[in-house]
Amino acid sequence: MSEPLLEVRELVAGYRGPVVGPLSFSVEPGEIVGLTGPNGCGKSTLLGALIGTARVFSGSIARRPGTRVMVQAQRPVRLPEMPITGHELLRLTHAQDKGAPPTVRPLLDGRVDRLSGGQFQLLQVWAALGSPADLIYLDEPTNNMDPGTIEALGGLLLAWREQRGVLVVTHEHGFLDRLATRIVEVGA
Amino acid sequence: MNFSLVFDRLFLLPFLNGLALALLLPLLGCYVRLREEWLAALGLAQAAAAGVVLGGMFLEPVLLIALVAAALAAAAKALLARSGNDAYAVMILFGWSTALIAAANSVHGDDLSRALIQGQLYFTGLPHLEGLAGLVLLTAAILPWISRRLLVGRFFPDMFRANGLAKPHHDLVFDLLVAITLAFAATAIGVFAAFALVFIPPWIAFRFAPGWKKTLIGSVAIAVVCYLISFAAAILLDQPFGPVLVAVLLVAALGRLLRRHH
Repeated sequence: MSEPLLEVRELVAGYRGPVVGPLSFSVEPGEIVGLTGPNGCGKSTLLGALIGTARVFSGSIARRPGTRVMVQAQRPVRLPEMPITGHELLRLTHAQDKGAPPTVRPLLDGRVDRLSGGQFQLLQVWAALGSPADLIYLDEPTNNMDPGTIEALGGLLLAWREQRGVLVVTHEHGFLDRLATRIVEVGA
Repeated sequence: MNFSLVFDRLFLLPFLNGLALALLLPLLGCYVRLREEWLAALGLAQAAAAGVVLGGMFLEPVLLIALVAAALAAAAKALLARSGNDAYAVMILFGWSTALIAAANSVHGDDLSRALIQGQLYFTGLPHLEGLAGLVLLTAAILPWISRRLLVGRFFPDMFRANGLAKPHHDLVFDLLVAITLAFAATAIGVFAAFALVFIPPWIAFRFAPGWKKTLIGSVAIAVVCYLISFAAAILLDQPFGPVLVAVLLVAALGRLLRRHH
């Protein structure tokens, strides 16, 4: 078996004090690992520890050397005026725009501030999934999405998971049940 | 009106100095606006102005003092970054208060502070041109590198940290570039004209441009057209350059305001 892209062991994380843990899990290439749990259980804090914005009190986080990481934030920056097109946004993460799936292509030509909340979220997720990153963190990717867009997101995740690992933080059990290869309950 | 005055060789260096600022400030202003830091631009310009008046009491040349003051202000901005606009408002008030108190207590300070308010573009010469030409070349050289990083930092703020780059250098490089350009601008066209060139052209372009490249191009185009009009108008009407430039930029800004009401 190959070395995991991410291996977390007995991790306790938080800010001024511990908020979550101890937790252990790993993400292998081709896996979609779900982190779930009730609101306030520390899912985003755990993700913050992986990114480096939260404090690690004990335990370890190991990434396979050379692993490129891409993060889709729970609340992506949305300014009242953002004169940047979908194509330009994708180029920032080196995400494919010519090979973008049919659900994403109509979002690329115009300014991103003209998109709905769900469309912008889908574009952000594609900016992560379509990038050359090996390990992708998605934080509440279904926020602002209607059922149709969530369905499209699920399709993207399944189609683009090969050769990379995806860690999805969400409180939507149904979404994870359909897609995740493994689910880690936080705060259980 | 004597139109030949506008083309007098006497005004060639001042014209080139102003043109360099009309290219640089709106370009940098687009990134300043994207970072929601336009108030910091006014803070940096005001701090540079205070440094000029305060330093002018003891030292020469004025431009060198302005550069040091701007660099110190950029360092203060980096330290105060977490406080956001509140800290920048304090920086503006501190700069304004310091400049005027220093001016009231020095021989040349009064002239300097008046110049910083009205702009003294027509009295700028080779030292400004050398510095501004260097800044134009530097900006052209680093723009492809820094532009992408500034946009990534804005739209995907966790990307650098998640890949092990906790404190990317581009933020400091950009702050210094803005601070130094504003120091040149404050001593050439005045504090508020410098701020207006950072703020107004991007403010208009952000509303109408269909994408980022066209925002940059549109912003610079608006600034250059307004600058050319102001340069000629201030000479022909014998008016101070800084306020004329701000007035012309405000007229251009009406396009944005009227579109909103429409």
